[in-house]
Amino acid sequence: MNRRTFIMSTGAAAVSAVAAPAVWSPARAQSRQETLLIVSESGPNNLDIHGVGTNVPGYECSWNCYDRLISHEMKSVDGVPYYDRDKYKPELAEDMSIGDMSVTFRLRKDAVFQDGTPVTAKDVKWSLDRAVTVGGFPRFQMKAGSLEKPEQFVVVDERTVRVDFIRKDRLTIPDLAVVVPCVLNSELVKKNVAPNDPWGLEYVKQNTVGSGAYRVAKWTPGTEVVFERNDKWTAGPLPKVRRVIWRMVPSAGNRRALLERGDADISYDLPNKDFSELKSNGKLSIVSVPYSNGVQYIGMNVTKPPFDNLKVRQAVAYAIPYQKIMDAVLYGLANPMFGKGEGAPTEVKWPQASPYLTDMSKAKQLMAEAGYSNGFEVPISFDLGFAVVNEPLCVLVQESLAELGIRTTINKIPGSNWRTELNKKEMPLFTNVFSGWLDYPEYFFFWCYHGQNSVFNTMSYQNPKMDALIDGARAAAANGDTAAYEKDVKGFVDLAVSDIPRIPLFQPYVNVAMQKNVSGYEYWFHRRLDYRALVKG
Amino acid sequence: MASIVLKRLATAIPSLIGVIFVSFLLTRVLPGDTASYFAGPAATPQAIAEVRKQLGLDKSLPEQFARYVADLAHGDLGNSLTTGRPVVAEIANRLPASGELTLLGLLIALTIAVPLGILAAIREGLWIDHVCRVIVTTGVSLPVFFTGLLLVYVFYFQLGWSPAPLGRLDVFYSAPPQVTGFYVVDSLIARDFETFRAAFAQLILPAATLAIFSLAPLARITRGSMLAVMGSDFVRTARASGLTPKTVILTYAFRNAMLPVVTTLGMVFSFLLGANVLVEKVFAWPGIGSYAVEALLASDYAPVQGFVLAMAVLYVALNLMIDLLYGVIDPRVRLEA
Repeated sequence: MNRRTFIMSTGAAAVSAVAAPAVWSPARAQSRQETLLIVSESGPNNLDIHGVGTNVPGYECSWNCYDRLISHEMKSVDGVPYYDRDKYKPELAEDMSIGDMSVTFRLRKDAVFQDGTPVTAKDVKWSLDRAVTVGGFPRFQMKAGSLEKPEQFVVVDERTVRVDFIRKDRLTIPDLAVVVPCVLNSELVKKNVAPNDPWGLEYVKQNTVGSGAYRVAKWTPGTEVVFERNDKWTAGPLPKVRRVIWRMVPSAGNRRALLERGDADISYDLPNKDFSELKSNGKLSIVSVPYSNGVQYIGMNVTKPPFDNLKVRQAVAYAIPYQKIMDAVLYGLANPMFGKGEGAPTEVKWPQASPYLTDMSKAKQLMAEAGYSNGFEVPISFDLGFAVVNEPLCVLVQESLAELGIRTTINKIPGSNWRTELNKKEMPLFTNVFSGWLDYPEYFFFWCYHGQNSVFNTMSYQNPKMDALIDGARAAAANGDTAAYEKDVKGFVDLAVSDIPRIPLFQPYVNVAMQKNVSGYEYWFHRRLDYRALVKG
Repeated sequence: MASIVLKRLATAIPSLIGVIFVSFLLTRVLPGDTASYFAGPAATPQAIAEVRKQLGLDKSLPEQFARYVADLAHGDLGNSLTTGRPVVAEIANRLPASGELTLLGLLIALTIAVPLGILAAIREGLWIDHVCRVIVTTGVSLPVFFTGLLLVYVFYFQLGWSPAPLGRLDVFYSAPPQVTGFYVVDSLIARDFETFRAAFAQLILPAATLAIFSLAPLARITRGSMLAVMGSDFVRTARASGLTPKTVILTYAFRNAMLPVVTTLGMVFSFLLGANVLVEKVFAWPGIGSYAVEALLASDYAPVQGFVLAMAVLYVALNLMIDLLYGVIDPRVRLEA
């Protein structure tokens, strides 16, 4: 846009801004029109998803500033665009052909990095090599899709890349569409590497070197991130929003005030109470969609008494005040994961509701049968990082368990210690939430119930029958054996219910509040904002 | 004079060494594991071990300490993991933000508290004394985050007089070219009056919040020390000699009552600079307090050590300044030193 068309197209806005007793000069009023202001509690610590310890807000920077070979189409869930797990769309690749033991991508002709150099197959290979080599989180995410070794990524010619499979795995293709396998400008990074840092982690931490729709123009950690649109982006229609300013506002009350006064355009981490109030007063548009493949639960350590006793676990499952939690803690903004109903069949999906409901007399009877009619003492732990939900939830559970004679003390653990505590696997009773990027039941169960005892198998649940079902489902999915797959999925869901090492409570919602003139929100598995689709009208 | 300064600085060296040592040890004994925090949500024990190695946390404590001291000698405080930046740059960036806010808050508090304290002392037991007591008690009893939120609610949300509580500048302004790091000063140097007005408007509410909180110590100390001085012999003599009340109070009494006020001022200033985390949180102020607290919550050692060190240096400098100021106010102090 040159200066003349800029003035012509914006004449009306400029005049009205001048006419107002302007605190803003016209230029500033104009930039307000083309800029989206996002406020949230915390910001990124690293712009590079492959970096050491990149936090969750960092995913948002990577997602918007880099392209992947492929991405997902959108479908609609409750009227909200929601990524479609089963439909891929090309991003940097214009064509994907899946063979028996490999997949081949042809790159777009017109794709260029933000510095104008074309995206080549070499860049793709270098970036995927980087993801499986730097270690830490990226390597393990890649491994979840059986992408483990640099030899798997082969440059066929300038514009063609082949990914060889080391084993058949249904999760390989979806794992190429998550945040981690993004494509970096390898030549640019190589100019900025140090001898002890061959992958340029220091440089990419501060600079976005992708071909994506946005670039980070300014980043002040803990304060703000400013994104500018990349007008050379070809992997999709040019985004409508020219600039995105993302400010960190730690006080939830102020985030709400900023939204209600119309100063901020979007916020997405307000307490549920605020969202339910904002929803009913109608001044803003509120989107609430369920986390994909996510469940909040009460976990019990099955390796130690008293929770090594199945009857005690069942008693606790019957003593949870499910509905009270839905009403008083979540203000209805969640999907209940309890009370499936007598005789309702198990489905081939996850998450799905358990048959448990609050039934105190049954719980007391089970406690008596287990030989604990006098109850016992146990601490219940939660992550203070999510205290808005966890604290009232634990208080309600405490109150209810007291009726069984289970005397609980609430153990609040700071966010920074939570993972350490989970890894120790010593907490007897706790609440936690897990959601998987890849939306497949066997992926969830592999992390949370499998005997390999990952950090998310927080209950230390080890059962050969369960492992056989999970491994069976993974193999069946890889070989396309639908009947065996369905049988195994139903099998492990049923076993999780009858053995009940963890009690599903609800599927949380992602809540996003926007001004009425903002539209185009899309839900992604990483639960962060995609700026490319947003429109400020 | 120079020898006094040097002597004072020499006495500060052992305490600085102590601070370096203790801050290093303290951050190591804190609960929480940096490596597992930064290994990400899907970390296996192997992934955590790898991150630990990358961060150099697998080395023994003396080895880590030797590395820390060696870096320190080069002026390198390490890198923050949460923000990904060098700690030195971050502190240099954030200290002026806290400084600007604290200084203005203190200035407001002083201009209200000192006259109020003097009036309360010379009208002891009368209505102004009671008003003073009520004001300072209210100010100090309200938690700062509450005062802050209340001010935001009234002046931003309800009345719309104040700009959005979004930190040092409205999002659509860019910071003035850095000279002092204080936006109001830098924007004046750059002759950018629009930015000056914007930066100043952002400052008013948080500074007022701090001022309300720090009124109490200043006003009470002023009152108490004025009362003591007003009852002393030389004031009685001055009165008996027929000097005007103004001369007696301001020239004779107040000058002598200033010493404890200055001491308190120094303490309140250094306390506010590091401890106004809650004000920084409410107003999204990119200050040094919230930086340190966030780092602490993430078991991010380098910024915590850097913060403690910066604060220690600041205390030393501040105490030195106050000592020198004593000498200016009361020549007897200088002789004793």
